Amino acid sequence: MPVEVNVKGIHEGLLISFGEGSWEEAFPSLLSHLDSKPDFFLGANAIVQLGAFPLQATDLARLRSALADRGMGLRTVLSQSPVTVSAAKNLGLEVALPVRDARETPLDTELTGSDAILLHQTLRSGNSVHFPGHVTILGDVNPGAEIVAGGSVFVWGHLRGTVHAGAEGDDHSVVCALDLSPMQLRIAGYVATSPPRSGSSRPEIASLRDGRLVAETWNPKEKPPTLTGG
Amino acid sequence: MTAKVMTVTSGKGGVGKTTATANIGVALALLGQKVVCIDSDIGLRNLDVVMGLENRIVYDLVDVVEGRARLRQAMIKDKRLPDLYLIPAAQTRDKTAISPSDMVRICDELRPETDWILIDSPAGIERGFRNAIAASDTAIIVTNPEVSAVRDADRIIGLLEAEEKGPGKLVINRIKPELVERGDMLATADILEILAVDLLGLIPEDESVLISTNRGNPAALDPKSKAGQAFRDIAGRLMGEPVPFPPLDGTDSLRKRLARLMHRGGES
Repeated sequence: MPVEVNVKGIHEGLLISFGEGSWEEAFPSLLSHLDSKPDFFLGANAIVQLGAFPLQATDLARLRSALADRGMGLRTVLSQSPVTVSAAKNLGLEVALPVRDARETPLDTELTGSDAILLHQTLRSGNSVHFPGHVTILGDVNPGAEIVAGGSVFVWGHLRGTVHAGAEGDDHSVVCALDLSPMQLRIAGYVATSPPRSGSSRPEIASLRDGRLVAETWNPKEKPPTLTGG
Repeated sequence: MTAKVMTVTSGKGGVGKTTATANIGVALALLGQKVVCIDSDIGLRNLDVVMGLENRIVYDLVDVVEGRARLRQAMIKDKRLPDLYLIPAAQTRDKTAISPSDMVRICDELRPETDWILIDSPAGIERGFRNAIAASDTAIIVTNPEVSAVRDADRIIGLLEAEEKGPGKLVINRIKPELVERGDMLATADILEILAVDLLGLIPEDESVLISTNRGNPAALDPKSKAGQAFRDIAGRLMGEPVPFPPLDGTDSLRKRLARLMHRGGES
């Protein structure tokens, strides 16, 4: 009689557990479950919850090699049976999940970022945006519109209005736009106006360098100035 | 009939709102449409002068709002076109004499028996502007090819969008092709890039507008006037006809424009 097999992804790998039944029934059920989705299990690290099954070292070795045949590693078994626990220890398997150190930082594949707002519209004369974080505009910022941001300002469009980045004094803030020709540009305590444009517009990024406001054409090969608060 | 209510507005004063209202009203009426023009510039009325109907005013918009006259009594029939009417503003009062809900009520009363209601808005963004747009379905934004007028038009479009009156349609008035060609005037393409709204009409600078305005005889009635033709083109576009625009880059010479206008005149 087949036994129910449950698979759940946890931090350490795939946790496999069983429904009601004996190990003699559970083991073939597990194998057929794994064989039904071989690609899904390939390369996974298994943690097997053996419950009260009393298993000998030979049973565990068979389990380990059956998993290895399917490209899975077995490092940990969980059990309430002292027989199984000691057999597992003899085979060099872990019998408990490692206690996660709360102070340990996870691999930084997920970054938290910092607060920003997005406006998917054109800011017209008289519109204003005030935000303590970063400001992103998907649209134009027309003359007479005003953006005041505690952080950086990004405009995917023409920036022709007045913009103040790092308004609370953050001199690492930047302002970038597909067409950077603001009426007036401020970063922290520094003010600049746009020189008359010659030629076509290019994406530019304005930042503070050695106490001067500089605007540079965006160069994909160059590292952008460091942003803070990220 | 269910009228379309359009507010003619600009933000900036002196760009030609009243002239545009009168001429678009006349041009629509020339196409056989029933048109009511409403002057909402209470206290600074002009539309009656431009339409040449000043001496016929008995009742005005405020009289209707305050119940001294029925709407019909305040509608002045044009002396040239049978289906053109004017509801004049009061000269002796101010913007607070009417409210946005009064405008909605008046327009709702007019809607079933009219094709078009054109509301001439006062300059500015205060109470008078709010009154003027309260009842409108859409707006005609009038601007001139100069930086300050375009800035104010942009502000107005933002306010219209905030009121969910749509972005509106743009009329650029007083274009001097020679100045655009020399780069001394904003080109139409530059204006459209900033304002990003649909273009409804391009009106060339034309002395005949000044003369006809002073005489109370809108230029749209003059078949020889270039500006008059541009206003008749606007009426055609409002009626859904695909009337082409002259090229936008300002490289169009006066002679070419005239040739095209005459050609178009010959077709109609």
